[in-house]
Amino acid sequence: MNSFDYKKEITVDAAVKAAADNKAMFLAGGTNIIDLWKYNLTNPEKLIDINDVQEISTIQLLENNGVRLGALAKNAATAYDPLIEKKYPLLSKAILAGASPQIRNMATDGGNLLQRTRCYYFYDPDVPCNKREPGSGCPAIQGCNRIHAILGTSEHCIAVFPSDMCVALAALEAVVNVTGPNGDRKIPFADFHKLPEDTPHLDNNLEKGEMITSIDLPPNHFSKNYAYLKLRDRHSYAFALVSVAVAFEMDGKTISKARIALGGVAHKPWRVPKAEELLRGKKATMENFATAAECILAGAVGRGDNDFKIPLAKRSIIRACEMALYPESQIPGAGPSL
Amino acid sequence: MENNSSILTSLTINSKDYKLELLPWVSLLDTLRERLNLTGTKKGCDHGQCGACTVLCDGKRILSCLTLAVTKNGSDITTIEGVADGKELHPLQKAFIEHDAFQCGYCTPGQICSAIGMLREGKATTREDVKELMSGNLCRCGANSGIIDAIMQVKEGIDHE
Repeated sequence: MNSFDYKKEITVDAAVKAAADNKAMFLAGGTNIIDLWKYNLTNPEKLIDINDVQEISTIQLLENNGVRLGALAKNAATAYDPLIEKKYPLLSKAILAGASPQIRNMATDGGNLLQRTRCYYFYDPDVPCNKREPGSGCPAIQGCNRIHAILGTSEHCIAVFPSDMCVALAALEAVVNVTGPNGDRKIPFADFHKLPEDTPHLDNNLEKGEMITSIDLPPNHFSKNYAYLKLRDRHSYAFALVSVAVAFEMDGKTISKARIALGGVAHKPWRVPKAEELLRGKKATMENFATAAECILAGAVGRGDNDFKIPLAKRSIIRACEMALYPESQIPGAGPSL
Repeated sequence: MENNSSILTSLTINSKDYKLELLPWVSLLDTLRERLNLTGTKKGCDHGQCGACTVLCDGKRILSCLTLAVTKNGSDITTIEGVADGKELHPLQKAFIEHDAFQCGYCTPGQICSAIGMLREGKATTREDVKELMSGNLCRCGANSGIIDAIMQVKEGIDHE
C-alpha cells in the first residue's frame, strides 16, 4: 500500500484549487477509490476529502420542475427521497438494484458515475490490461469473458461499466454539471461516459481536475410506466450480466415516447435512440418490443463466454418493456423472479 | 497537516470519546481493531464485499473497511461492543442466540450491526424485503435462515409496539 496526503475541503472552489496538483484525487464515499487503492490500482499522491462540501449535498426541486441531485447526495438517500420516488421511480429502482445497503449508505451520486469496471483482468496486476496499463494488451478478448461487453467494444478493451444507477440516468437523459480549472460546463449523460476505442484507460470525458457538482434530472412523464430489470448470477448484491431500464409515456395502449437503456453490455450505458423512435406511436405489443430489441442489439459481438448475453439482452428488453406496462407489480431491488 | 503527518481525529465510539492521532490511510476497521482493541468488528474480505466489518456511523450502517477513519472526525460510531445495554443484551443479540443464527460466528457482529441499521431505516415490510436488505452481509456457514428468523422476530416485536 502507498501513502498519500490528505486534505479536507469544505467548498467546491477550495477543493478544485486543491486538486490542481498532479495525482490529486477527490474522495467522496470512498467505496470504489479506497478499494482500488488497496489493490494498488489507483495511486493518488493526495486525497481531497469533499464529504463536508455542503453546497453539493442536497436533492432539490428545480424551477423547471426537474430535480437536481447534489454530487454528494448518498445513493440510499437518493433512492428513498420522496421527490425521487414520486417523480423518478425508475431511478429509485435502479439504485436499489445495485450494491448493498451499506455501500448505498456510503456511496455518492457523483461517485457512482466514476466507478471503474469490475473486469477481473483489470484487477489482476499479474496480467496485461489496456485499461490499467495502456498498450499492454487485453487478455479478456481471447480469455474468460463471460461478464464482458457485446456492444461498442474495441480491439483494445471489452470491459463493461458496472453501474445500475447510470443506466436509469441514461434513460432519463440526465445532465451532469461539472466544474474545474476552466470553469463550469454541462455534459449530457450520453456524452459523459465514453467507449474504449484506442483510449480504454479513460472511462469518461471529464477533464483533468474537473469535479462533478450535481446531476440534473429533466422533467418528464415517465413516472407511470417504467421498469428496471437486472439479471445477475446471484439474486442480490451482484453486478449485472444484463440490465434494462425502460420508460414509456403511454397514450392508452399506444407508446407516445420510449426510452430504453442497457447496462452490463458495454463500456457505458447503452442507448439506441433509433430503436426508441421505432416504438413511437406504436402499440405496446411483444412484436414491437422485439423489433426494438433487434435494433438495440444490432452489431452486437460475442467473444465466446459472453455469447449468451446477446439473446439474453434481447429477451430482457422485451420483458422489461412488458414490465413497464405494469410497474406496480415490481418489487424494489428484486431480480427477474417477478 | 500535509506531507503524510498524522491527523488529530475525534471519534465517539460506543459512547466514549476518543482523540486519536491517525495516519490518513488507516481504515476505520483497523483503527477499531488494532488501535483501540475493539476486535468485535471483523475483517473478512477488507474490500467491501462481505459485510463482516459493518458498524453504525451516526446511526447508519456502513463498511468500516472502506472508510478512512480520518474522514469520520466528529462522528458517533457504534460497534457490536456497544449495542448491549450494560449486561442486558440487545434484542437482536438475544434473538440470534435463540435462533442459533450462526455457526462460526465470524459474520455475526456485522450481521447484528447491519440488522440494527436496517430496522432503523424502516424500509423492510416482508421477509423477502429483509433478505434483500441484508444481502450485504454474507454468511459462509449458511446460517442465513436462522439469521433472517432472528431479525424477523425482533422486527415483528417492533412492528407490534
